[in-house]
Amino acid sequence: MTIKEKQQEVIEEFSAFDDWMDKYSLLIELGNELDSFDEANRQQQNLIEGCQSKVWLHAEMNDGKIEIQGDSDAIIVKGIVALLLRVLSGHTPDEILDSDLFFIDEIGLKEHLSPTRSNGLVAMVRQIKAYALAFKARQNK
Amino acid sequence: MAFDIRKIRDDFPILHQDVNGKPLVYLDNAATTQKPLQVIDAEAAVYKTINSNIHRGVHHLSNVCTEAFEEVRKKTADYINAESSDEVIFTRGTTESVNLLSSSFGETFLKEGDEIILTEMEHHSNIVPWQLLAQRRGVTVKVVPVTDAGELDMQGFSELLNEKTSLVAVTHISNVLGTINPVEEIIALSHTAGVPVMIDGAQAIHHVLVDVQKLDCDFYAFSGHKMYAPTGVGVLYGKRKWLQQMNPYQGGGEMIDKVSFSGTTFNDLPYKFEAGTPNYAGVIGLGAAIDYLRNIGLEDVWAYEHELFEYALKQMSAVPGIRFVGQARHHTSVISFLLGDAHPFDVGTLLDKLGFALRTGHHCAQPLMDRFRISGTVRASFAFYNTREEVDNLVEALKRVAMMLG
Ligand SMILES: Cc1ncc(COP(=O)(O)O)c(C=O)c1O
Repeated sequence: MTIKEKQQEVIEEFSAFDDWMDKYSLLIELGNELDSFDEANRQQQNLIEGCQSKVWLHAEMNDGKIEIQGDSDAIIVKGIVALLLRVLSGHTPDEILDSDLFFIDEIGLKEHLSPTRSNGLVAMVRQIKAYALAFKARQNK
Repeated sequence: MAFDIRKIRDDFPILHQDVNGKPLVYLDNAATTQKPLQVIDAEAAVYKTINSNIHRGVHHLSNVCTEAFEEVRKKTADYINAESSDEVIFTRGTTESVNLLSSSFGETFLKEGDEIILTEMEHHSNIVPWQLLAQRRGVTVKVVPVTDAGELDMQGFSELLNEKTSLVAVTHISNVLGTINPVEEIIALSHTAGVPVMIDGAQAIHHVLVDVQKLDCDFYAFSGHKMYAPTGVGVLYGKRKWLQQMNPYQGGGEMIDKVSFSGTTFNDLPYKFEAGTPNYAGVIGLGAAIDYLRNIGLEDVWAYEHELFEYALKQMSAVPGIRFVGQARHHTSVISFLLGDAHPFDVGTLLDKLGFALRTGHHCAQPLMDRFRISGTVRASFAFYNTREEVDNLVEALKRVAMMLG
């Protein structure tokens, strides 16, 4: 599935709910189901420290594709991490760099995008794209 | 009931709205309070009728506006029972008041090797300005520990006080725990050792009657926006004997006597510390807030808020997994808590979706969070316009949130 198709899938899942609490229940569920984070990767360079919560993102390159692991100490944020990984993990650096993430807006999580929330999606997306750029540079060497 | 809650709520237009499709329940009063129409109208009236730069003009509007501004200085002095209105300096808020003091008092009186005593429960705005001063002047910051109950360790305080201590700066009431500190005792002990005391009154000025002469504090700082007044206005009260000796804070218009390149002389108190055009509209709004508080009566406010607090504490205790942070004997209507292992951010986010405005995080008091080995709390802070019904609804919401996050 392309990044675009995955986003459409997420949007569809969320469109089943119009109540906020149901959307957040789903996020919490996704957070709880997220693959456990490899403790060896819980390092300073993988940490995005927000005002309120912490996010860890670790990326590795396998067969030309970037595999990302993530975690957060807040379960709702972890749910958002899970969504991001579902959409972006397993893609090539170029696919990730070229991606336009529209699902966040569509499912109504835009408030998490606000740039002042450093635990927000902006910082996470920026981090993932930075990983993609670094891997791409290494590839092209 | 000493006052009519319906009528009071009608004074606060902002309370009557839906948030995320639910009626707003505003419980973030320790961060800022909402404004009654009386205050909003007073500030708007300045711009509609008397707006003019103060202290400068010969014309009618300027005179009227200056008079209204200075009237509030008297009213504020009276509200805190200052000996003279010259001892009331208008600032932007508590933060600026502390910065003014650390700068002016620090530059005038402190020398290398001196010590300043703060406490572990201070707001960052009563920590960082002193740390900056410490760096500039080579003074040392000492910290009074906080007990498990969330009270000051007074034994620890006495031990810190010594001949090198040159200032004690302590919060009247903790913004996180609601603890009311024994400031009378702190001031008396400090004065016995010949040390002046600044009280951060940001969380106190709208809850308890403050009498600066009775307290005998040397300085008292507070913010308008936490006492139902507009934002952008605050006060530093200081005893005249200190203020007179202290260097000015910022330079500019208004604070000078004569300016020349061969030397400038400064204006008298309190203008020496009020450089530039002040927020006179905000100050006039502050005057309206003082009138409002006096009108309903701080004793009644205190009684109502306390009853609401007791009720809330009892009802909230029934929420599965709830843990209260701080159990001070003397406290205001602030409840800091955690729900099981749930992250405060998660609790706050879900509560927001149910219409509740609570604060989560470290509340600008990271040393206190470290003290309790937590990263943050969820804080409900009640004002006199909150109701038992809101408490009941909060408890229901908390049960739901606890279930979702459990
Ligand atoms: C105890 C205490 N001190 C100082 C401040 C800072 O006040 P302001 O932001 O209005 O300057 C606050 C505000 O949260 C506070 O609660």
